[in-house]
Amino acid sequence: MAMTGNAPGNVTVSPEALEIAKKQAKLSYQISRNKASYAMMAPYFILFFFFTVLPVVMSMILSFTDFNMLEWPNFVGWRNYIKLFLEDDIFIKALKNTLIFAVITGPVSYLLCLLFAWIINEFKGVLRAFLTLIFYAPSICGNAYLVWNLILTGDRYGYLNGLLLKLGILNEARLWMQTEKYVLPVLIVVQLWLSLGTGFLSFIAGLQTVDKSMYEAAALDGVKNRWQELWFVTLPAMKPQLMFGAVMQITQSFAVADISINLAGNPSVNYAGATVVTHLLDYGSTRFEMGYASAIATILFLLMVGTNKLVQKLLGRVGE
Amino acid sequence: MSTQAMAKPKMRFLRKREKQLNRSVAGNTFLFVIMAICGVFMVLPLVMIVNNALKPLDELYQFPPKIFVRNPTLENFSDLFTLMNGSWVPFSRYIFNTVIITGGGMLGHVICASLAAYPLAKNRFPGKKLLFDMVVLSMMFSWTVTQIPQYLIISWLHINNTYAALVLPAWSFGMGLYLMKQFMEQLPDSLMESARLDGASEWRIFWQIVMPNVKPAWLTLAIFQFQQMWGNTGSLFLRDEQLKPLQYSLQQITAGGVARAGAAAAVTFIIAAVPITFFLICQSNVLETMTTSGMKE
Repeated sequence: MAMTGNAPGNVTVSPEALEIAKKQAKLSYQISRNKASYAMMAPYFILFFFFTVLPVVMSMILSFTDFNMLEWPNFVGWRNYIKLFLEDDIFIKALKNTLIFAVITGPVSYLLCLLFAWIINEFKGVLRAFLTLIFYAPSICGNAYLVWNLILTGDRYGYLNGLLLKLGILNEARLWMQTEKYVLPVLIVVQLWLSLGTGFLSFIAGLQTVDKSMYEAAALDGVKNRWQELWFVTLPAMKPQLMFGAVMQITQSFAVADISINLAGNPSVNYAGATVVTHLLDYGSTRFEMGYASAIATILFLLMVGTNKLVQKLLGRVGE
Repeated sequence: MSTQAMAKPKMRFLRKREKQLNRSVAGNTFLFVIMAICGVFMVLPLVMIVNNALKPLDELYQFPPKIFVRNPTLENFSDLFTLMNGSWVPFSRYIFNTVIITGGGMLGHVICASLAAYPLAKNRFPGKKLLFDMVVLSMMFSWTVTQIPQYLIISWLHINNTYAALVLPAWSFGMGLYLMKQFMEQLPDSLMESARLDGASEWRIFWQIVMPNVKPAWLTLAIFQFQQMWGNTGSLFLRDEQLKPLQYSLQQITAGGVARAGAAAAVTFIIAAVPITFFLICQSNVLETMTTSGMKE
């Protein structure tokens, strides 16, 4: 418009000039838009860099040293990793336990979260909030281990022993957490009981965001029952939450340690309840061998990353 | 509307949508039975906390222990308040610290994570994938070993022994960003595009369009972060007694041994009751969005 004002005789603008102007406008629009994007991300990522990226990188570097928190670390190359796999029998046992644990509790917990979130979604009003609380209670109350310690007490006053004795299934009390063969199965049961946590709540929120009109459309398209509706409408619509839940599940299943330490102790009977993270805690917080502990953390990290790749691929098939 | 009005009164506790679709009675019964059986096991810790808080001392030490209280009393709470009044640092100070640490850590995280999640979910720019992958991967690295480097960095930044040592790292936890990004991804692009054509800035789109539409997400995130921050005793970074949060002082009370078992039961109750209250407020609001927002697409 300014151009026409400057040169009253020449009203038409050449197409090239118009094209360039368009491109410039688009570019400057892109830049200003991205400027806003970068500005929005800045506070988070600056903090993230200092408090997460740097510590993780430092830990990975430390895994190649003999850092013991007192002396300046010496570079030892792959020695920590070699020791882990070739000399440390307990690590191999812990790794095996962790894998058994993760392979069982991971998928089952995940499905439980989904199932209960989906059932609760059928309720409404205050009842729904309370049902959510009841199922989330083990995660929020903070006394879960106390409850299980009461249940699993090794004398006849433990609730489990008491019940089984009364029913005549046992004829003497069992020392549940001090008997090697019971430790891992019991830990798995407790973990499943605790499983309705982060993933569960995010699924509940995710079910809220599914577009309601899609259900009506699906009903018209011939979706007959709630199971078909779940597979063809609900699950594809909440794929982002499914991905999120899977990552949270992986981080929880592989990093299991608290329940083992609280119920079976660390070290547990003949390391029956040892997991990768209890092993890591043993070296990191008890023996202060941070270099070695960092190597364990790095192995665990690679294990989780690999599993995550696999799971994300599987989840890509939901609703097909 | 007419079908909703005709719905059988017996089914009122079910959401209206379900009544229109094919839901078999057998299926409903099956699900209710599952819920009831599992519910009994899940609610156990909650029942125990409430009952223990109301038990007189002799019942707390009864052997074998019983779950349910027989002579309920509020003695434990009055004991706790006496102990609180006698504390060296005034108890209001601990509460103030908790408000700063838990409240600040939660609000700041919800805001920072949401702000960062929006461009990652909806805009295209160089470095996007790298940044996002970094956040997801960071959640898989064991927190135990990063604690020491983190401590070094916090000392190096000279924020040791301040609220910032607890609050600032909390603002950049990985989970929140991931959660928010996943929910924002679901929003239809047309929603933002039309606002852009109207000349709204990215900030305005974020605040007035994106955030109201992902209300269930940030309410859920608030629950997670509240729980996380509430459980933090701050003992790693805070040296001054005046800076420590409620959680720390309450746990000190429970460390008092046998004589304080009653007060300790009351403490356990309070430690659980606060996040539960917060949880119920947030969850019932997650619900509200469902009934009021019809503005998807």
